[in-house]
Amino acid sequence: MDLRIVNIKIDGKKFEAIEGQSLIEAAKNNGFYIPTLCHFKEIYPPLGTCRVCTVNINGKPDTACTRKVFDGMEVEVNTPEVLDNRKAIVEMLFAEGNHFCPACAKSGDCELQRKGYEMGISSSRFPHLFEERPRDFKDDRIFLEHNRCILCKRCVHEVKTNKGENVFYFQNRGHKMLVGMDYEKAKELTFEQVLDAAKLCPVGAIIAKGKCSVKPFGDRKFDVDKNIKWIQSEELELDIPKDGKKKVVATTSLAGCFGCHMSLLDIDLGLLDVLELIEFNKSPLTDIKKFTKQCDIGIIEGGVANSENFEVLKEFRKNCKIIVALGECSIWGGIPAMRNTLPLKDCLEEAYLNSISSENNENIIPYHEDIPNLLDKVYAVSDIIKIDYYIPGCPPNADHIWKAVKNILFGVGEKVAYEEFKYD
Amino acid sequence: MEYTTIRNERTQLLNYLWEFQDKNGYISTSDIRKLSKELGISWIEIEGVISFYHFFKRKPTGKYTIYLNNSMVSEIKGFHKIKEAFEKETGAFFGGTDPTGTFSLFETSCVGLSDQEPAALINFMPVVNLTPKKVKEIISHLKSGGKIDDIQDEIEDLIRYKNDKGEPVLFREYKLGDSILNLVKKRPDEVIEEVKDSGLSGRGGAFFPTGMKWEFARRSPSMQKYVICNADEGEPGTFKDRVLLNQMPGLVLEGMITGGYAIGATKGIIYLRAEYRFLKKKIESTIKHFYKIGLLGQNILGKNFDFDISLMSGAGAYVCGEETSLIESLEGKRGGPRTKVYFPIEKGYLEHPTIVNNVETFCVAARIMEFRSEIFSSKGTSKTKGTKLLSISGDCKKPGIYEIEWGITIQEMLNLCEAKDTNYIQFSGPSGTVLTKKDFNRTISGEDLICGGSVMIFNSKRDVFDILTNFSNFFIAESCGLCTPCRAGNYLIGKRLEKIRKGEATYEEIEEIKSWGKVLRDTSRCGLGKTSSNFIVEAIDKFPEVFKKVGLKDKEFNLSAALNDYYDTVKNN
Ligand SMILES: Cc1cc2nc3c(=O)[nH]c(=O)nc-3n(C[C@H](O)[C@H](O)[C@H](O)COP(=O)(O)O)c2cc1C
Ligand code: SF4
Ligand code: SF4
Ligand code: SF4
Ligand code: FES
Repeated sequence: MDLRIVNIKIDGKKFEAIEGQSLIEAAKNNGFYIPTLCHFKEIYPPLGTCRVCTVNINGKPDTACTRKVFDGMEVEVNTPEVLDNRKAIVEMLFAEGNHFCPACAKSGDCELQRKGYEMGISSSRFPHLFEERPRDFKDDRIFLEHNRCILCKRCVHEVKTNKGENVFYFQNRGHKMLVGMDYEKAKELTFEQVLDAAKLCPVGAIIAKGKCSVKPFGDRKFDVDKNIKWIQSEELELDIPKDGKKKVVATTSLAGCFGCHMSLLDIDLGLLDVLELIEFNKSPLTDIKKFTKQCDIGIIEGGVANSENFEVLKEFRKNCKIIVALGECSIWGGIPAMRNTLPLKDCLEEAYLNSISSENNENIIPYHEDIPNLLDKVYAVSDIIKIDYYIPGCPPNADHIWKAVKNILFGVGEKVAYEEFKYD
Repeated sequence: MEYTTIRNERTQLLNYLWEFQDKNGYISTSDIRKLSKELGISWIEIEGVISFYHFFKRKPTGKYTIYLNNSMVSEIKGFHKIKEAFEKETGAFFGGTDPTGTFSLFETSCVGLSDQEPAALINFMPVVNLTPKKVKEIISHLKSGGKIDDIQDEIEDLIRYKNDKGEPVLFREYKLGDSILNLVKKRPDEVIEEVKDSGLSGRGGAFFPTGMKWEFARRSPSMQKYVICNADEGEPGTFKDRVLLNQMPGLVLEGMITGGYAIGATKGIIYLRAEYRFLKKKIESTIKHFYKIGLLGQNILGKNFDFDISLMSGAGAYVCGEETSLIESLEGKRGGPRTKVYFPIEKGYLEHPTIVNNVETFCVAARIMEFRSEIFSSKGTSKTKGTKLLSISGDCKKPGIYEIEWGITIQEMLNLCEAKDTNYIQFSGPSGTVLTKKDFNRTISGEDLICGGSVMIFNSKRDVFDILTNFSNFFIAESCGLCTPCRAGNYLIGKRLEKIRKGEATYEEIEEIKSWGKVLRDTSRCGLGKTSSNFIVEAIDKFPEVFKKVGLKDKEFNLSAALNDYYDTVKNN
């Protein structure tokens, strides 16, 4: 068959492509990167479910994985509008599922997480839904973690028994949709095929039992992948006149693990330089309990889990000119928000009444006027007050924190490098 | 067609499932095992198909299954009271069955009876204009062993206006077979020329030129082509196709035959929404009659032209009105829209070239054969020729069907249906556009306000926010879930509306919905998601007073509400 060549344009540059090729492939062959999630190879019909590959084709938004190249095709991949649409979709996926990366076997090897880094997502514009989703342990070899499934359809399309029967299939529709597993058909898979299914899943939703930590920490898939284009996150520019006065900083840890504060101390000797520029007011680092003056910046670690967190946060907003949410717990709830998918009652009863660790006569749910009262959910700090800046990470890297803070306080135009932004 | 004996056609899965559903009121695990074996597909695949469709149930239902329409028009006509009445009279709660196993109650999206709301389907037989008293009578009749046939309403077709100034295209006298007689005198390419000349464009809402679609399909060299009639009419507020199918089922068939003749197809399928199953008998007997008098079957009217028509029932999914979802559904699958690598005219039903057209489109095509294209093309505006059926409902004195000529103004339409104190019109369905008083001088036409058929009118007494919430719930319920923006986006918008209703959203958070809407519009996979946020995005701008009233200036966190769960738990501890 003759291969017909067509001329296409991507972001103003002319390329040649083979007629019938998908735009994704044509772009890739020409060294042009279009992000994808559901697409994993050329198939007919393409899955086209995630919409992360949205570009403009001759002026109209469309997905690159579902369109074939044609003569005169003009594609815009990196206009601010298209970039923002794609970013919104990835943010939506994070808000829709329950992604607790520090507790996920796929972390560091996860295509969704990677998109988050690539696109410089520091917080989702969409509030996290925290819907309760099942975790399916029934199968002997496959753990299906619906909290992390992004419904990409890869497994539905690709994972079949040797007779060609489906092991996975979509169930329900709309926001209630999930991937169902046929336990009988799953038994027909060889262990090799089970591992392939786990690898095929772009996220940590299909996990091969007993095989989830086979990869060592350290050099993982996306650590070594230097080919991706790093897109700068929001500019952290703010002009504060350099009048030689030390800036006043306050910090607090709400419902967090103190990890962000530990990370903050990780700049080691650099801390001495920092203390030339700033002084700490209320902070666990100084043990100053009450604000003694108006602060330039307040750094908040942790989300809002109880009435005390709420009060402290309000205090910070009142006493600090700029508020920075530091780390995932603060930004959207993080690990403590694992309880958000369950009613508070269930959590308390499990912890204090039913758990095997509660001793005799001690099965009582704590309640006293001196201890903070628990909220129904762990809230993002932005649910309560206005937040000026977000520094993502779990925990954020020390250099990242200080660069961002310096940037905010003194308007130093340093960029945060990809390696510092990563935190898996 | 009967499929009871052998069940080995994957494409017939929906029909098999209906058999079980109808016979037992649900589809049991052993039914699924049986099907799985016979069809050689996995159990989970069948579960996946069942759970996609609203009317397939996996748990036993009562002897009578009652689906009450929860559309906005139903709501303003008394939905909540009727719901209460059904619960009181049957002893069942919505979503479940009463202890005796007699009645199951469910809510459902618009059932296409907006001119006679509140309406419900009892074992798929319609009851309309419900009042608590009527509900009581119906239930006690059924409780005492009475037949459904006795209480089922004879559905009136309220045809209110037939383009009285000019002449109607559709609602004129129908003489069976007239258009086919003319059709077979022409060559297929002449038929297509005629349809093109008429300027007819698709009546299902996308307004694609019908002649052009047929021409593309005709050009395909494929030996096997299909004609599909889209009778899924799922857009809330529209019911014109129901009226056409009930009034002139023959005209619909003649339109399909015209399409088949034009493109060179030999098979036609009507995809009838499950909500219209009460029309099934009538349509099927019309089909039978057509075979008998030689308008269907082989060598139609002695010409070398064969054409068959069969009917298939949907199972409750708005998205199946989208043509590629409809084809998936006809193939016995979940009704998710295809990725549009090919158009149906290239690869449609079973990968064969297929034309999908709306009921009204086929009816007009048949009329064009009957009396030539000029009668159609001389009417209307330059972009939209001819007449259009509007389904008008809501706050007006005369809800029903209006065959209007394109080009009349909104005010003229309001006058015709005797609407007073109109504050808000949802035009062309929830996926359409929001109109307020400022728009009343605009014209209904391709140049200005295009309309697929649904017109819902609300007067100033109606709570705009209730209306918007109803539409939002509709899209949440009907999103197929295949793509991220529509699946998650509509749900997120719904959550934001809840927050606004509680008075906990800032004005900024209200405005933010507009930018979310843009993401849905730009990135959704099919028309449902692309249009599903229009109503709210437009309403925020068109009803500033509604949102200004509720939007907060600064964030206000409701601490005491967030503490309630804790206090409740420790109190009962
Ligand atoms: C979500 C969605 C629902 C639709 N529902 C219907 C419908 O109920 N009836 C219909 O005729 N067209 C419907 N359409 C339009 C069809 O996709 C298709 O354009 C139409 O059937 C083509 O026929 P026409 O050209 O005669 O209008 C729908 C489209 C979308 C995106
Ligand atoms: S799948 Fe795991 S690693 Fe990936 S985003 Fe979700 S929680 Fe994080
Ligand atoms: S389980 Fe994994 S592969 Fe399957 S749909 Fe979910 S994310 Fe995709
Ligand atoms: S827009 Fe996406 S989720 Fe919505 S109905 Fe279409 S394909 Fe399904
Ligand atoms: S990669 Fe194109 S839609 Fe998912």
